[in-house]
Amino acid sequence: MVDQETEKRTDNEDKETEEAHAYTPGLKVKKSTSVTKMRRLPLLGEVFVEEGDTVKHEDVIARTEISGDPEIVKISMIMGMEPEDTLRYMTKDIGDKVEKGEQLAFYKALFGLIKKEVKAPVTGTLESFSEVTGQAIIRGSPIPVEVDAYIPGKIIEILPKEGAIIETHAAFIQGIFGIGGETHGEIHVAVSGNDEVLEADMITSEHADKVIIGGCRVTLEALKKAVEIGASAVVSGGIRHDNLTKFTGEEIGVAITGQEEVGITVIITEGFGNMNMSRSTFDLLKEFEGYSASVNGTTQIRAGVLRPEIIIPHEMKVEDESEELAQGMIPGTPIRIIRQPYFGAIGEVHSLPVELQQLESESMVRVVNIKLGEGKVVTVPRANVEIIEE
Amino acid sequence: MASLSKPKEEMQFIIATDVGSTTTKARFFHRKDGEWRFLVAGEAPTTVEAPYEDVTLGVQNAVREVEELTGHMLLAPEGGMIIPYDGEKGVDLYCTTSSAGGGLQMMVAGLIKSMTAESANRAALGAGAIVMDVIARDDGRQSYEKIKRIRNLRPDMILMAGGTDGGASQHVMEIAELIKAAEPKPRLGVAYELPIVYAGNKALRSEIGELMEEGFALEIVDNIRPVLEQENTEPARRAVHELFMEHVMSHAPGYTKLMNWTPIDIMPTPAGEGMAIQLIANTFEQNVLGVGLGGATTNVYSIVEGRFVRSVSANLGMSYSVTNVMKEAGIENIMRWIPFNLDEEEVASRLMNKMIRPTTIPQTLEDLIVEHSVAREALRLGLKHHRTIATRLKGVQLERTISDMFEQAVEDSYVQMMNIDICAGTGGLLSHAPRRVQSMLILTDAWLTEGITRMMQDSVFMMPHLGVVSTVYREAAWNIFDKDCLLRLGTSIAASGQAKYGKPVMDIDIEMPNGKKLEESLNLGDLKLIPLGEGEEAKVFVEPANQYDIGAGPGKELEATVQGGVAGLLLDARGRPLYLPDEEQKRKELLLKWFKAIDLYPEESLEALL
Repeated sequence: MVDQETEKRTDNEDKETEEAHAYTPGLKVKKSTSVTKMRRLPLLGEVFVEEGDTVKHEDVIARTEISGDPEIVKISMIMGMEPEDTLRYMTKDIGDKVEKGEQLAFYKALFGLIKKEVKAPVTGTLESFSEVTGQAIIRGSPIPVEVDAYIPGKIIEILPKEGAIIETHAAFIQGIFGIGGETHGEIHVAVSGNDEVLEADMITSEHADKVIIGGCRVTLEALKKAVEIGASAVVSGGIRHDNLTKFTGEEIGVAITGQEEVGITVIITEGFGNMNMSRSTFDLLKEFEGYSASVNGTTQIRAGVLRPEIIIPHEMKVEDESEELAQGMIPGTPIRIIRQPYFGAIGEVHSLPVELQQLESESMVRVVNIKLGEGKVVTVPRANVEIIEE
Repeated sequence: MASLSKPKEEMQFIIATDVGSTTTKARFFHRKDGEWRFLVAGEAPTTVEAPYEDVTLGVQNAVREVEELTGHMLLAPEGGMIIPYDGEKGVDLYCTTSSAGGGLQMMVAGLIKSMTAESANRAALGAGAIVMDVIARDDGRQSYEKIKRIRNLRPDMILMAGGTDGGASQHVMEIAELIKAAEPKPRLGVAYELPIVYAGNKALRSEIGELMEEGFALEIVDNIRPVLEQENTEPARRAVHELFMEHVMSHAPGYTKLMNWTPIDIMPTPAGEGMAIQLIANTFEQNVLGVGLGGATTNVYSIVEGRFVRSVSANLGMSYSVTNVMKEAGIENIMRWIPFNLDEEEVASRLMNKMIRPTTIPQTLEDLIVEHSVAREALRLGLKHHRTIATRLKGVQLERTISDMFEQAVEDSYVQMMNIDICAGTGGLLSHAPRRVQSMLILTDAWLTEGITRMMQDSVFMMPHLGVVSTVYREAAWNIFDKDCLLRLGTSIAASGQAKYGKPVMDIDIEMPNGKKLEESLNLGDLKLIPLGEGEEAKVFVEPANQYDIGAGPGKELEATVQGGVAGLLLDARGRPLYLPDEEQKRKELLLKWFKAIDLYPEESLEALL
């Protein structure tokens, strides 16, 4: 944005910006907030709830059917005849239901010495036959598609023929990266602090169906153990890149995740490598130990950012004043540095110089001066910080 | 032809925007003293997603920034731009490109993978699309696998080819029936019919029309391969563009409004970028290899002997897709460009962290060198992919000479570096490289330029804007392009061939613009940069050693006039293929020697990393 910064640049070299709008919004870590979820079918269908209804995780909100899978049957080729001659040997009409193994076409010649028959390879409906290609299409049974509630709460709006919007009061935590889709389970903190590595021996059969919380890193063995005992999810500050690759069986190329079938949902809150889980995230999860949480690892970074999430419904209503932080970065704003050489450091905005400054890499960029915990002030590109929204 | 607000010679102000997936970029142009120049840039976040869901808001914000910077009023109170310029406010032309919401995503189909399907692929790419999949009879998948794939894809459009005119028919219909049976659904909204362009055997038009009557918005155009010897992609490309406007853009949030703001059709960003690269080829009348190295994708463009081909590597990029470069290239190929010790896992983690926080930038020199290493690999893979598309027409009988048979030399791709006269790059990493010689070396290393090659790059990202302007006002576009956009980096002289390290590669006599004469002798492994400024020319006489070729043939000398630039004249005797030792320590030493020889990075900081 141009705002007042541009004007200042022209007449004042040493001035500082009062507020910066170009910043990376931070991940949300909120103790008490209203969470709404739109639960929508991919195609039009039937909605089973009404406004004001209370729903649980697994309640079905809406259902539809998508057309069944088609199976192509090369009838003319099997019968050894021209497509245009085939239709009269068909023993089923278009629109007929057929069972797997049932006859579709039959031909006999030379007083029955030569017989040819085509049987249905699947059960379904004979949808079409082409006299150009000699192919028939059998359409399988419609495939039901359901949308469940995912979060417990109240229906606040019905989307006719599509679904509904559910609202709940909850603690809400966003991760930076995840794998695996929607699940839920009771929160259990398995480490003693946000800087402890989650190892396999910390996970026991008691963690079945639970959401296990780790500290700075989760090991490959711990992930395997969590799957083995049937945990719902693992949440950790960091993970090694090679561990994730081995766990999923392939290297993640593009951050579009959520469809992995790895038997568990994994959420990373800070990044790759050894990364202490942010103190506020860890403390919040600790506070809600024993509560049931809805967890989704789905991540999509390009075009409509989706970050993984942990939603912990509860009744404690706390005044939350953090919304105003989303307005911009000003001196005093709490921030996290998200790139080397101070990756992971937490501090507050000290000042926002207007002039472009040269980095060690020699790039000329907008910077922010940050006061770290111990009082040291460091300079980093504005693009390399995120506001802590908590 | 679009209707312009006034005759070209009376026009004074043009504004163009590019609605990108994250940022909307406005570029403001002005004619002063008879010459068109770039004035100022304005940028704002794109507003295609909720809660805004109206791209025009982002366009207005970006244009408002231009207004604030110039004090020139552009936005009309009722929406859109004030057109025409009335001596005080407004512009004479507004046009835009767009790649918001993932751009144009297509599926293409043909009969044979290397013939009609390949032609359809080229046509879709040429129209600026991202091709999600290519379906063909011989693509190695069973029918049920293809159906499953088509059902999972949600393309914006399908382009179907197949058969020459009067040629194959039954198998083409099989492909059509397969598509029909799969019932593909369009990406944007469920309420409209999926556009499908048929550009196959013309004898099948009525059957195709009947089959696709329901559930599709069918457009039939001339066959893409009327005969095997001819590829006719233009009608299909045009139909794709029209359907893009009519069906796809009109369903994207705010585009109906945006379309009314401009008299020129909205163009997919890569199509605009491609036009800009074509502008270079047409103006210099030379073979050009260009690239848009973006955050998510790498678009490569070639114009060789007048033939224009574009390829898009949808998942090779420097931010969103940076880890996919690592996945496809292999971490070892990224590590080979790093001259100091760095743990592989550390590099992999940094790249993963860049992917999940794509807007961050390198602060340290170490981080910058890692990103430059990834860029080399993204460009290398992008060109490799491009060569699979920029091929001679397959299925055509080739006349081979005796020498071809001895050399077994009929290369699939005609994009050979010795034939490329100009390399040009655009995209954040190249435009923002702190030293211009960095982008020159990155392009050289990645593409391994051969012979004499001019190197250029986009100064500020505005190639797509100028591409779309060039469709109605070529002279203005070229004026701005030449003066403000196209930064001349210099010229690279690289010998093709490889012998023993340290042995002679070439002798070069250079006559500098001031008449001074330089004599350079280069051995294998040498790299040198001679200062030769923008607008300056030098005469060179190159004598390659027997095993090396500089463009005239192995061991044959060559005389030429070369152009300077902000980086200079790069003398490259590192061999083709590039001589890079397998032994780690030797490789690092050699890299360091090159980096220092051309002052690639600040020496003190570089030393500190060793």
